[in-house]
Amino acid sequence: MAEPILQLVGLSKSFGALKATDDVSLDLRPGEVHALIGPNGAGKSTLIHQIAGTLKPDTGTLRFDGRDIAGLHMAERVRLGLARTFQVSSVALEFSALRNVMLALQARQGSSFRFFKDIRSDRTLTEPAMAVLARVRLAERAAVPAAELSHGERRLLEIAIALATGPKAFLLDEPMAGMGPEGSKALTSFLAGLRDEAPILLVEHDMEAVFALADRVSVLVYGRIIATGTVNEIRRDPEVRRAYLGDGA
Amino acid sequence: MARETAFNIVLSVLLVAAPVATSLLGEPFYVTLATRIAILALAAVGLNMALGLGGLVSFGHAAFFGLGGYVAGILAVHAFNMEPMFAGIPGTKLMPVIWLVAIVACALLAFVIGAISLRTSGVYFIMITLAFAQMAFYFAISWPAYGGEDGLSFFVRNNFPGIDTLRPLSFLAICYGLLGLSLVFFHRLQHSRFGSALQAARQNETRLAAVGIRPFHVRLAAFVISAAVTGVAGALFADLNRFVSPSMLSWQMSGELIVLIILGGVGRLYGPVAGATLYVLLEFALGGITERWQFFLGLILLGVVLFARGGVIGVFAGRPRHG
Ligand SMILES: Nc1ncnc2c1ncn2[C@@H]1O[C@H](COP(=O)(O)OP(=O)(O)O)[C@@H](O)[C@H]1O
Ligand SMILES: [Mg+2]
Repeated sequence: MAEPILQLVGLSKSFGALKATDDVSLDLRPGEVHALIGPNGAGKSTLIHQIAGTLKPDTGTLRFDGRDIAGLHMAERVRLGLARTFQVSSVALEFSALRNVMLALQARQGSSFRFFKDIRSDRTLTEPAMAVLARVRLAERAAVPAAELSHGERRLLEIAIALATGPKAFLLDEPMAGMGPEGSKALTSFLAGLRDEAPILLVEHDMEAVFALADRVSVLVYGRIIATGTVNEIRRDPEVRRAYLGDGA
Repeated sequence: MARETAFNIVLSVLLVAAPVATSLLGEPFYVTLATRIAILALAAVGLNMALGLGGLVSFGHAAFFGLGGYVAGILAVHAFNMEPMFAGIPGTKLMPVIWLVAIVACALLAFVIGAISLRTSGVYFIMITLAFAQMAFYFAISWPAYGGEDGLSFFVRNNFPGIDTLRPLSFLAICYGLLGLSLVFFHRLQHSRFGSALQAARQNETRLAAVGIRPFHVRLAAFVISAAVTGVAGALFADLNRFVSPSMLSWQMSGELIVLIILGGVGRLYGPVAGATLYVLLEFALGGITERWQFFLGLILLGVVLFARGGVIGVFAGRPRHG
């Protein structure tokens, strides 16, 4: 089996008395979608924050692409190829969709300390940025300020920005949230194609999307992983059914 | 966008035409007024890079304005008395050299202040920058070698090769030249990759980090550049008055620069120019009538903050748009 690109061992994080992450070990392998499911408040976002670098774990190790990333700033992790989207869209609201993507491209090119050249006519930024927007079908909305995009369009813009950073792995925190059935379906088929580019650690509430996309599923309850397996194994697991899926699943 | 450009052009023409015309009519006083506008605008263009583009409300830019002033004053006095400074380095009366020294000194000071204060944000950042400027203020007051509380006078304005700086219009031209350069620089910066990252840091620093750019590095660079520009303005201000004093380092001075930008339009290219023009004209028009002219300034500022967030330029040209 291929070496995992991302590996968590014994990660723990407490907020006061609350153990939001409790001895979590998990990995992400090349070419796979690994879904992370669990009830609200289980600690899914907290886990993503620790992998991405917005939160510091209390204990445990974090390896990405062969190196220990626990001490790295979020921006350095992104430059190593760890791209993430936020559960609540987080973009530069005054910038157009295009300029948001261009920002990611300039970071990837390692060239943010250029003070004179006008980026509006810089085709090494505008052209690849348009190409990325076209991939998520936002090309016609390129010039619209992010603040004026619809909720669904902003979700797509987040994914476009993540794509533009040139990732080796994606961390997607509930990308379908608030997308509606049509939008979820379109996004599901888009993500299905994305796994060949880079594996995806997918936090998602939409079970239809999870069962359609995931190669493996991990179930998080009260900060602990109670089961990891294929979609079929997880569907059959009695503990998971009791704790989370309910009888209808 | 087009209306903002039109506004900028009209203001530029007025700022050149008015002092030249009145000077020809034998009223050189207005030249001094215009020079004050140019210098304060230049200082505020510097601050506008940090505050307007980066959202860094520095309440300590007087430290750089004053440092630039003291650089000019100290170099000039040593040159005049023909006594070397520390380590045998001679003084100088050459403006370009003075500006260069001011730029380097302010950049170094800003690097230190920024490296510490930019670890905080919001009201803490405001307070730490203020604290540093206050330290500079009290240092200048208690340092007798260069005048202490009384300040430092030098008797002849510094030189610029090929220009008679003692002619008010010539000195005004130098100030306008530097102001123009700073505006070109600001405009390029605003639309550069760096400017994009800096504005993103203001809008959403988590987003900036999540594309792979560390907000701290971008802000520190902006703070240093911003301080250097304000420092050059301080050197010019010293030359205008042939005098530097700790008041250039006071918190009132820092506040004045912020007020100028808010009056004119935060983050707008000509915001500092419009703000400085309004400020100096108000001071001139009302200052003659009442010592309490700042009361009226307060009223106007209140009006701008409550009803015209974009400042004077916002009133004429509406909201800015990013590409
Ligand atoms: N910064 C924080 N401080 C204190 N408690 C937090 C913080 N962030 C999350 N929590 C708590 O940690 C638990 C897990 O939250 P979260 O990771 O957002 O869950 P999920 O994404 O699975 O819905 C929740 O009980 C939440 O209230
Ligand atoms: Mg969550």
